[in-house]
Amino acid sequence: MNIEVQKQPPRTNYLNATYGIKSWLLTKDHKRIALLYLASVTFFFALGGLFAVGIRLELLTPQGDMMQAETYNRVFTMHGVAMVFFFLIPAIPATLGNFLVPLMIGAKDLAFPKLNLLSWYIYNVGALFTLIAIVTGGVDTGWTFYTPYSTTYSNGNVLLTGVGIFITGFSSILTGLNFIVTIHTMRAPGLTWFRLPLFIWSNYAASLIMILGTPVIAITVLLLAAERIAHVGIFDPALGGDPVLFQHLFWFYSHPAVYIMVLPAMGVISELIANMTRKNIFGYRFVAFSSMAIAVFGFLVWGHHLFVSTQSVYAGLVFSFLSYAVAVPSAVKVFNWTATLYKSSISYNTPILYGFGFIGFFIIGGMTGLFLAALGVDVHVHDTYFVVAHFHYIMVGGTIMGYLGGLHYWWPKITGRMYSEGWARFAALVIFVGFNLTFFPQFLMGYMGMPRRYYAYPEEFQVLNVMSSAGASILGVGYLIPLVYFAWSMRYGPRATENPWGAFGLEWRTSSPPPTENFLETPKVTWEAYEFRPREEAEVIDITRH
Amino acid sequence: MAESHSTTYGLAHHFDDIEQQREAGTLGMWAFLITEILFFGGMFLAYILYRAKFGDAFAAASAHLDWRLGGANTAVLIISSLTMALAVYYAQVGDRKKLMLFLVLTMILGATFLGVKAYEYYHKYLDHLIPGFGFQWSGHGAPKQVEMFYFIYFAMTGIHALHMIVGLGIMTVILIMAKRGRFTPGYHSPVEISGLYWHFVDIVWIFLFPLLYLLGAHLHQ
Amino acid sequence: MQTVPFSPEQASSFARDVDALYGFLWALTIAIGTLLSLLILYFAVKYRRRSEDEIPRPVRASHRLEAIWVGVPFFVAMGIFVWGAGLYYRMYRPPEEAIDIYVVAKQWMWKFQHLDGHREINELHVPVGRKVKLTMTTEDVIHSLFVPAFRVKLDVVPGKYSTIWFEPTKAGRYHLFCAEYCGTSHSGMIGWIDVMEAPEYQAWLSGGAAGGSLAATGGKLFEQLACNTCHKSDGTGRGPALEGVYGKPVQLAGGQMIDADETYLRESITNPKAKVVAGYEAIMPTFQGQVSEEQLLQLLAYIRSLANAQGPARQTSTSGVQK
Repeated sequence: MNIEVQKQPPRTNYLNATYGIKSWLLTKDHKRIALLYLASVTFFFALGGLFAVGIRLELLTPQGDMMQAETYNRVFTMHGVAMVFFFLIPAIPATLGNFLVPLMIGAKDLAFPKLNLLSWYIYNVGALFTLIAIVTGGVDTGWTFYTPYSTTYSNGNVLLTGVGIFITGFSSILTGLNFIVTIHTMRAPGLTWFRLPLFIWSNYAASLIMILGTPVIAITVLLLAAERIAHVGIFDPALGGDPVLFQHLFWFYSHPAVYIMVLPAMGVISELIANMTRKNIFGYRFVAFSSMAIAVFGFLVWGHHLFVSTQSVYAGLVFSFLSYAVAVPSAVKVFNWTATLYKSSISYNTPILYGFGFIGFFIIGGMTGLFLAALGVDVHVHDTYFVVAHFHYIMVGGTIMGYLGGLHYWWPKITGRMYSEGWARFAALVIFVGFNLTFFPQFLMGYMGMPRRYYAYPEEFQVLNVMSSAGASILGVGYLIPLVYFAWSMRYGPRATENPWGAFGLEWRTSSPPPTENFLETPKVTWEAYEFRPREEAEVIDITRH
Repeated sequence: MAESHSTTYGLAHHFDDIEQQREAGTLGMWAFLITEILFFGGMFLAYILYRAKFGDAFAAASAHLDWRLGGANTAVLIISSLTMALAVYYAQVGDRKKLMLFLVLTMILGATFLGVKAYEYYHKYLDHLIPGFGFQWSGHGAPKQVEMFYFIYFAMTGIHALHMIVGLGIMTVILIMAKRGRFTPGYHSPVEISGLYWHFVDIVWIFLFPLLYLLGAHLHQ
Repeated sequence: MQTVPFSPEQASSFARDVDALYGFLWALTIAIGTLLSLLILYFAVKYRRRSEDEIPRPVRASHRLEAIWVGVPFFVAMGIFVWGAGLYYRMYRPPEEAIDIYVVAKQWMWKFQHLDGHREINELHVPVGRKVKLTMTTEDVIHSLFVPAFRVKLDVVPGKYSTIWFEPTKAGRYHLFCAEYCGTSHSGMIGWIDVMEAPEYQAWLSGGAAGGSLAATGGKLFEQLACNTCHKSDGTGRGPALEGVYGKPVQLAGGQMIDADETYLRESITNPKAKVVAGYEAIMPTFQGQVSEEQLLQLLAYIRSLANAQGPARQTSTSGVQK
């Protein structure tokens, strides 16, 4: 391998190269921008989490006794808005992706560093509008803004929130654009597509969705705003419009959006599995192609959110069929990850614990998606807590596990420090237990009939609700612990070497933390993906014969 | 391998060579234009759906638009795409004066387009045809349906006009850069990329014109 | 009887079938989840790293395995799709013969109108063992009628009618919920479905409905609003006679045929210029805003009651085609 490996950490790395607030707020370094994003998304995760606390506290009792109905409706709406638009969508791409994409392909930065910084500012402007909306009374339409409630009947801050989401969408588009161009044009010599790390494939696929899907939510929000201001009648039947049209437009983006959330997390899991088992992911090409398949098929299934909306039965049949098709590539990934473990060398540490946690939760979340895609069952469970449980298994059990796993895995690279492994494993365990206790009962209460977005509910649902709220408190504690030890590690953690995990990949062939320009010289890649070299050049195992 | 950044004019520090930089910039603009297609696409969808639903009213509403003004604007934009293409050509061959000339011509044509649009909008205002703000319609076709047409008209041409204004801003920046001698035959991709954007805005109008103006042109006003 | 744990009572003809598919899906989930978890656990233990610089030998990819675990899940998924689709198709195609009940939802209550004139709010009485068809709309925002014990749910959308049906199989009192967020009292928009054995239901029915049947009320409204001045029974009015119209095809001015169902009839009252009958001028004024959703349903019930009445000879279109 003919790249320079820095044997000792250079005196200057990207963190200490320049000082002062301006050097951070006006940085063009993708690594610093990743940290700026980390701060922003963590803030919104905390905010969304606070709203979740409000929800679970109210739902401890069947009556609505903690807050007024109006308030509760605003709380669950803001929980959804904050989590979906300001945390889940940017979390992995804008933090881990921004940091790692150039490093993993041997580039000095993303293709458009100034656009990258601009996208962070755009995010914050949108966030500001939304925060103002929250502080001045909030919105009570649900994060889905269905019409005509949102256009004509709601007296919350629909416009302000809509403007905030509209603006932040451009941040997503710019990030996706940057990734696509970077991956296409700035790969190091020798780094062909099928030598790329799977994290790159996943982020590439997610970026395609970002640039194609986000403009549609932008125009949908604009039309919603126009309707609210001018009462033209696009979505108002009294004026000749169609309220279900809004649902089609909204879900055309919002379904692919969930793949923006989960694909990068899957990419993280591929990295964790490959590197903690020191083996190429089994069926690498299939996993790469499945990311692309998910991105494409993800655009074809939006109608499964409209099975009981008075959409035609025939449309329902088509969307159900396609929804099953999109499940297959996800299953392929899970099988390939499992097969990778066979005859591998598994090291136990926090990152791989999150990896295993992801796989476990994703199996449940994914399989319960099959329930929802089954038309006859969806009629019963649509808009009940069954759906809530399903998507939290994927978004929290999936995306957040991937996010935390990635943070723990690349923490030494990002900060040059190691965190406390003991506390990290403990936190992972607490999160795992808390998460299951919070969300599994929701499947059951959903099938029993408890609808979503209910502020008060019949008594027979109380036991399961109490279990769920208890789990939420444990989960909350689990999330707080990493905040503490990560912060502690930045000052007092032991210094990390350039490759503390013995992992594969260009990002591990530069110092921890990396210098501002990432590599002293552009690397030349002569190896395949995850080509861990065994001691003895032994023959390759054929598992179909064993 | 990598060109020397200190001797290669216009090469940003994070690119290996000028060719990579040009490729990245061009791909970036194409990707951005694709997002714009999706953005306008939502409104085209609304147009298609409501035109199918309210065909009669839409034709009547469209007849009230002046297709000659719209047609003139179409010609203006097509010519502006020609001047833009010529500007790019002169940048490629390093003719600074002609580059600036054709940039200015493009901007004049763009401003003309906007001027005609402003005139049209003003007359719509006088005729009480702005949806949601005192809209009145006494001609053929149900008023609410005609209002839907005009909403889509203003939304689509308005957002298009916004893109034109942004385009003029971009042209201004390119013009200033050209004046300062920033472009050479080896480095002029900002001009090319701006050209791509301008052509796209032109093409959107080529679709808007027949859908909005020609729909009811066969009817009497 | 509960065949699946944590499920509502099975009180409709759909419930058993939905529970069967649901139960199968849980069985599949638990089987696959357990299998994969055990496999991962087994590998995790058996292949744990023994020494720090241990590097395993690469394992050859296997297209055969990939094909198997693409193909098998796909076929299983298709099986589930067909099963679920079959259920859905049955649920969303209402039968011809059923007890018709009209539903108007509004923030935040459910209003039921029986054809015989009984009106109920937030509570619906239906008999066991008979098919019941609900034709529903809303006065304001989108709501969704959900009866967990019946396993049925359908949104109600302003400006259109949505229809759902069920056949109760067990007497009892079952939850009715609104399942589409609709504002402040969304969780208060709940009620009960009372399924009664035949004798009790008869007794309840004969308990008298104030105001007479829905059709009769509609007939009064028809006169009050002067509909009868144009829609004369002998066909000489400025508007078409409405006898024998309900449910039959009608030819429109543009030439196309449309079925005179609830949706078309409602639109003809609220937006008459949209679809004009062939041979008539578009002079009917709109009644949008002058009649409530409930009154619209009364008028529709009245027109429906004329369905079997003998109408005048139908006007043919100028092309001479008569269906």
